[in-house]
Amino acid sequence: MSNPKKIHVSTTVNGEPCEFLCEPGQVLSNALRNNLDMTGTKEGCSTGDCGACSVMLDGALVCSCLVLAAEAEGRTIETVEGVADGNALHPIQQKLLEHAALQCGICTPGIVVAAKSLLERHPDPSEEEVRYYLAGNLCRCTGYDKIIRAVLDAGTVMRGE
Amino acid sequence: MPLLQYEAPTSLAQARQALAGRSDAKILAGGTDLLVQMRLGLRDPALVVDIKHVPELMEITLGEQGLRLGAAVPGAVVTDHPEIGQLYPGFVEALGLIGSSQIQGRCSAGGNLCNASPAADCVPALIANRATCNIMGPDGERTVAVEAFNTGPASNCLAADEILVSIDLPRPGPRSSDAYLRFIPRTEMDIAVAGAAVALSLDEAGVCIDARVAIGAVAPTALLVPAAADALIGGTLDEDSLNRASAAASEAAAPITDKRGTVEYRKKVVGVLVRRAAGVAKARIEATS
Repeated sequence: MSNPKKIHVSTTVNGEPCEFLCEPGQVLSNALRNNLDMTGTKEGCSTGDCGACSVMLDGALVCSCLVLAAEAEGRTIETVEGVADGNALHPIQQKLLEHAALQCGICTPGIVVAAKSLLERHPDPSEEEVRYYLAGNLCRCTGYDKIIRAVLDAGTVMRGE
Repeated sequence: MPLLQYEAPTSLAQARQALAGRSDAKILAGGTDLLVQMRLGLRDPALVVDIKHVPELMEITLGEQGLRLGAAVPGAVVTDHPEIGQLYPGFVEALGLIGSSQIQGRCSAGGNLCNASPAADCVPALIANRATCNIMGPDGERTVAVEAFNTGPASNCLAADEILVSIDLPRPGPRSSDAYLRFIPRTEMDIAVAGAAVALSLDEAGVCIDARVAIGAVAPTALLVPAAADALIGGTLDEDSLNRASAAASEAAAPITDKRGTVEYRKKVVGVLVRRAAGVAKARIEATS
């Protein structure tokens, strides 16, 4: 097989313009981790089932393992690295810590990105709505209950209650 | 993935040009099937043509004629739309059932159709709504009814150089609604064991004057079941009509036995789903008129 020609991509990640060279078949999760050294985004299943690679692409929650890196051209990406404000954790991150809602931590970046997407769109979700919205974020450690409580609790903080 | 070439055309003409004469190309919409298949080694295209920059593929036009939905419009855009769900609640529910929140950010009705899974949730709902496919090829445009689009599991009527551009859903008449129900062993993130979509129109007296019934996951492709619709038309969604529609759907179903269910079970369940979906569609009409 001939060597595929690399593709030059100009994109915006967490508000910063950036550029990288990728293979045509390279996926975004791989480019974030290996081209841009942003290893917060994890890749678990590689088939869009586990949600560990969740990022925001032009404001839509997506699995970055199922986005070609070349598709990022001209678009806006938000990853877990952009969630905290400097050293100040986002309420979702703070509440995940307080509720001990993680153990191995591999799913946590995806949970943070997905929960932030939910609470920004639906500031006051029911427990059922949180469970359904996060159904695509698999966690094998916690049994989910602490995660759900942390997200509901973060919602109260974000609403200023 | 050993992909050699990626193209992102910005017009239909460019997209046609990119695909012309290529039998080793695949069209990329949301990638929630294609990229999974490529990552699992099930597909190995040399060229991927990302059609999300072609305006016609991302169009949403809601007018007197009905809805024109670009084939690549993501599920989340449709489910968040303020009006589409009022006109076609069953279709929007069916589309929203596909995958997780993350998958909804990318998956599309057009992709669900082209992937041609017998269990694709939004296909029966499109058929029940008399949806048609607008297809662009080297010789121009053609239109195909959704029920004729898929030709078997993972196969559809598109030639290698044709593109599914958009799907048209006619505007429902007064006192009309639809519903889609599927059976899955879990409550979320699963593939239908059986699915049923029903679209109904009632007159002022509550008599059914038009109906379309389509079933999924119980045959190589989603099926339109005219006999089930005929059983509903002329009645008031009474017990007898529902029994006959349910029996017609079970009769039309030609499922296989696999890990999700047996032939006998699927035939039985799809009839139950038709009956219940008809009830949901009727309740929706009564709630809004």
